[in-house]
Amino acid sequence: MMDEVLGQIRNIIKEQKRILTDKADLYSYSYDASFGVHLPDIVVQPKSAQEVTHIMKLANKHLIPVYPRGQGTSLSGGPLPVKGGIVLDFSKWDDKLEIDREDMVAIVSPGVLTSNINDAAMEQGFIYPPDPSSSHVSTIGGNLAENSGGPRGLKYGVTKDYVIGLEVVTPEGEIIRTGGRTVKNVTGYDLTKLIVGSEGTLGIITEATLRLYPKPQGNQTLMAVFDEMADSGKAITNILSAGILPAKLELMDNASITAVEAYEPLGLPTDAEALILIELDGHPAAIADESERVRQVCEAADAKEVIIAANEQEAENLWKARKLVSPAIVREKPTKISEDATVPRSKIPAMFQRLKEIKEKYQVDLVVFGHAGDGNLHPNIIADKRDKDEMQRVEQAVEGIFQAAIELGGTLSGEHGIGTLKAPFMEMELGEVGLDMMKRIKQSWDPNHILNPGKIFPEPGQKLVLSDG
Amino acid sequence: MGSARLAYEETFDCVQCGYCLPACPTYITMEKETHSPRGRINLVKMAAEGNITFSELEGPINLCLGCRACEVVCPTNVQYGKILESAKEVLLEEKGRRSFFQEFVFGKVFPNKKLLRAAGAGISIYQKFGMQQVARKTKAITLLPEPMRSFEAILPETQGIGKRAKFYPAAADHPVYKIGYFTGCMMDAMFSSINTKAIKLLQAAGCEVTVLDEQTCCGALQSHSGHTKVTKELAKRNVAAFEAYDLDYMVNSIGGCGAMLVEYDQLFSEEDGKWKERAEKFSRKNVDISVILSELELPFKHEINKVVTYQPSCHLSNVQKRTEEPVKLLKSTPGIQYVELPHQHMCCGSAGIYNLINYEASMDILDEKMKHVGALKRKPDMMITTNPGCHLQMKLGVEREGQTDEIEVVHLVELLAVSCGIDT
Ligand SMILES: Cc1cc2nc3c(=O)[nH]c(=O)nc-3n(C[C@H](O)[C@H](O)[C@H](O)COP(=O)(O)OP(=O)(O)OC[C@H]3O[C@@H](n4cnc5c(N)ncnc54)[C@H](O)[C@@H]3O)c2cc1C
Ligand code: SF4
Ligand code: SF4
Repeated sequence: MMDEVLGQIRNIIKEQKRILTDKADLYSYSYDASFGVHLPDIVVQPKSAQEVTHIMKLANKHLIPVYPRGQGTSLSGGPLPVKGGIVLDFSKWDDKLEIDREDMVAIVSPGVLTSNINDAAMEQGFIYPPDPSSSHVSTIGGNLAENSGGPRGLKYGVTKDYVIGLEVVTPEGEIIRTGGRTVKNVTGYDLTKLIVGSEGTLGIITEATLRLYPKPQGNQTLMAVFDEMADSGKAITNILSAGILPAKLELMDNASITAVEAYEPLGLPTDAEALILIELDGHPAAIADESERVRQVCEAADAKEVIIAANEQEAENLWKARKLVSPAIVREKPTKISEDATVPRSKIPAMFQRLKEIKEKYQVDLVVFGHAGDGNLHPNIIADKRDKDEMQRVEQAVEGIFQAAIELGGTLSGEHGIGTLKAPFMEMELGEVGLDMMKRIKQSWDPNHILNPGKIFPEPGQKLVLSDG
Repeated sequence: MGSARLAYEETFDCVQCGYCLPACPTYITMEKETHSPRGRINLVKMAAEGNITFSELEGPINLCLGCRACEVVCPTNVQYGKILESAKEVLLEEKGRRSFFQEFVFGKVFPNKKLLRAAGAGISIYQKFGMQQVARKTKAITLLPEPMRSFEAILPETQGIGKRAKFYPAAADHPVYKIGYFTGCMMDAMFSSINTKAIKLLQAAGCEVTVLDEQTCCGALQSHSGHTKVTKELAKRNVAAFEAYDLDYMVNSIGGCGAMLVEYDQLFSEEDGKWKERAEKFSRKNVDISVILSELELPFKHEINKVVTYQPSCHLSNVQKRTEEPVKLLKSTPGIQYVELPHQHMCCGSAGIYNLINYEASMDILDEKMKHVGALKRKPDMMITTNPGCHLQMKLGVEREGQTDEIEVVHLVELLAVSCGIDT
């Protein structure tokens, strides 16, 4: 049957080089940045909504699974072709990137890299605020499907706060347009927001209209160092309750500070329990005033040192510490399990305590850093996936992290999505009925269950698996 | 099974984050994951696990430039170079000694100075007697395959070697550094005057320079095509040559050779006994000419009032990690107006002999590079290079764009020599 389908795909796609069937090619689309290797039967690189509709109609007729894929940087298994079938690689469809100054929007094709949108906006005096750390590699299609966010989320929100219109190909192969070019729009159900964050299970995004913001006139970076984790938590809360909303507010624990210092000596305080990095943006006069107040708040919370960057170069150096966390922590062992369980801001100290217990109980190398300002901590476990025994402990520790987050009123995932990886824990957070309502939405959009199957919803008996194979 | 092994363990360092994708020239031009660093690393792993065959691995590996731009951006320090070389070695062994041509060129011609000189002299005779003109006019050239034809058109006027001295005393009484000069084989066959100018620049900056007679080919081309045994032999000869002298540095003006020389230590393991230590010492002493010259004072005499841009050699930037020194030298040259080339760290597609073996793929990459040159707001009068391979490729790029009269392609050493009034 696949041969017949392939024959028809050859009629749909004009350039044959956009259809990949060699074994080396198939293996090259069998993974993402999470775990597992799953071989697709065919990879297609569509470049128009027409091509996508034809493929979806064909797939419905033959009941073949279809998986949208951006650049495969998902940390949750989103684009993995777990049941074989067709992978649609959208990363090469990046021809449209229009900035409309009057409407203050960007109109983009799905494969445009997110940082290119921000760069193009900056040239016209705007910014596109969502800034996942992967924004220079990941596609806007992937960002929309995962509702990605980054450090600037604290002040500016995440991807969903910037998308006002979409062109979508439904699982049954029809083209629809949701939303439009206006910030205000209450006509009917908000399908735009339903598609955003649906992880490619409800529709395929073929074009997006995104809001832009005026570019802030200036920014200022500060670093505050603490002897006690609890003090840093207090400082964070007090900064925000003093009416200051930083653009970024990031935290590093002692394990990440020492790892970075061992990796590249920057003169970080390795005896400190925690440090926070703050970026303020806005009018230069306002941020000068705010940075002084941030300093006072931190000192009142027993910060042992507060550094205010004197210029751009110094600011860059301070942020370098945060940037180096990832490479630094994988020096000893190569496998990094990057969790993004998120708790309400007030529960950050409690979450830290729980993480400490988990680390001891399961004897895992756990490092914590991340977007402390919005409760989106990144507990990372460092392991070696060839060590089966260790990986079992890691799996238990990860379950423990999920449990802790939910018990503290938080969520499984702040930004990386559910995919295959966290599907087994959905019911734990949503309850039986909550999950069932989601399933009903899926059922009505995709009656044949062919669009990105095996994601979000757990298969019967599915468990967390972090080893390949 | 032979003795070669895929660097399987090293593939586990890759967390498949994809950060290397935008940096990879072949991912940009060939438009699929299969030709990306992440893809290639995964395929090496898949081949090692027996999921794909060696012949399925071959295409993606052969089409890799080896430019190592992926290593620089990798957040987890994956040793891509090691993985790539291991794959090349295994593939070569699997294929047996099929390619007699490569075997002959890498094993015999390059390491043999005499043969190379003959080749170089051959080119210069060919030029001297106006054969080039005749050949071009009579279209005899069209009989050559396209890659050869393109390069024939841009070949430099070679000088043939011969008159170079063995020892150049320092300009001042006490030499700042005692330097051994590494000439390289391709470089000396085609651009011997650049070597001579480089030596004289070092001399003018206060160094004494010895041209080691005993040196041989660096082994880069052999190594990049999987000929590890030959490479090791060449390395040993160079290490031994260096040890026979009392030198502060070994200096070269060839980004690609320099990269090989600074990685000699990686060729040897504990099994090679003392060689590992000896190679380490040698590697530490090897630097690009820009490193020494940017540290010293050059006797600039003439202003060069030109708009100048620079295409860095990948191996100088990504392996030797020397990105600032050449730019510093450029900016210090009187009269120069330096404009930075956008995406300068993207390979030009030359990559050793990649442009001869994978001509079309290489031209796609070159076209991409020339797009960036075209995008410069101020049109450059000069394109600076730091490696003979890049030099030829950029010349070809300029010619393909029909800009031979507007943009002159010049090695950094040549520019500095002109400004210092050094003539060979
Ligand atoms: C080192 C690293 C750092 C990261 N940092 C962050 C971070 O700070 N914040 C954050 O939120 N995430 C982060 N991520 C996760 C990841 O980069 C994001 O989830 C990103 O949005 C994925 O984009 P992608 O183009 O790679 O999509 P893919 O990984 O290929 O796909 C992701 C999902 O989107 C779907 N999809 C892709 N394109 C379309 C389309 N056109 N229509 C419908 N569905 C589609 C896929 O089916 C899949 O479910 C990080 C990942 C890595 C490896
Ligand atoms: S950047 Fe490094 S770790 Fe990430 S995919 Fe590339 S090689 Fe692998
Ligand atoms: S060496 Fe260059 S061409 Fe090869 S994978 Fe790395 S970046 Fe791509």
